[in-house]
Amino acid sequence: MSKRLGWFLAGGLLVALLLAGVASNFASGSPDGLDAAARQGCTFGADGEITGGTCMLQREQGHQLAGGPLAGYRIKGIHNDFLATGLSGVLGVLITFAVGGGVFWLARRRTPGKP
Amino acid sequence: MQVEAMHIANGIVNGPVSAIFAVFAALALSFCVWRARADLDDRLAPMAGLVSAFIFAVQMLNFQVLPGVSGHLLGGTLAVVLVGPWVGTLCVSTVLIIQCLLFADGGLTAIGLNITNMAILGTAAGYLLVAALMRVLPRTPAGLGTTTFIASVIGVVVASQGFVLEYWLGGTTQLSIPLIAGTMAGSHLLIGIGEGLIAATTVATVARVRPDLVYAMRRFRKPPVAEPATTTTPTAV
Repeated sequence: MSKRLGWFLAGGLLVALLLAGVASNFASGSPDGLDAAARQGCTFGADGEITGGTCMLQREQGHQLAGGPLAGYRIKGIHNDFLATGLSGVLGVLITFAVGGGVFWLARRRTPGKP
Repeated sequence: MQVEAMHIANGIVNGPVSAIFAVFAALALSFCVWRARADLDDRLAPMAGLVSAFIFAVQMLNFQVLPGVSGHLLGGTLAVVLVGPWVGTLCVSTVLIIQCLLFADGGLTAIGLNITNMAILGTAAGYLLVAALMRVLPRTPAGLGTTTFIASVIGVVVASQGFVLEYWLGGTTQLSIPLIAGTMAGSHLLIGIGEGLIAATTVATVARVRPDLVYAMRRFRKPPVAEPATTTTPTAV
């Protein structure tokens, strides 16, 4: 891997870290398009619980891994919202880069003659 | 502001249909791994890691599209333009699997549904449009940005209709499918425009800084340009 590519990757990774670590705290908290469609037809109480109607969300079941240390884009045990979200984003970017980059690197086509 | 779960949860689509799509996704991803190996070289492999990490980051950035409704980038078209269709599908899948396993976002049972919609259908639609548009639009950062914008909008709407298909086959309520289709298409048209703007800005920036790192600038050529003679000897794979 060339030095120039290394600099480009470092720059790109820095942008991703800033987006996930800082900008993520300014993201909209409204349900996304899918979630909003899943809520259509139900009425909700003050705490977000379903109070009536029929909607897709009623049949939702819990996530098998909801107890994980990063579940819900928050780090378990950190009570500051900004830090919990930002740090989970930073970890997510680093883990995704390591896992994705690692697997793709191992699977790459080797140039014959080069080890 | 708290980032909420954003992919299909467990229990929304029934078990058998979820299982069928898990098998479909596994087969499609295996095919992509096979095709991706031809594209993955010393330059594309680290780039694919970066694209995966970037998509993870931008998926956290929900933007408002309607009062009470937000949206986030899915990333299929962005990945196609930067690293090609086969590696791109694997990049989006990597993000979805990490989100499911570590961030409890997108049900474990629903992983095949989420991969089918966002990594396979959305990416495939984006790829077909990029391949078609690159033949008519100029091979410049602006032309590439325009291509990416249009392909992103359509790719996101197609991905949203993937969910409608899955819900029609295995939805766990008796809600009206045309109503769900209309709601999903409407909100995802707006989300697609947002995604298109983000993706177009990103690829135009990369194309300006390092055009050699943009897959779509190297492939999808108008006239087939003769490859320079390489020293590579054909070897048995």
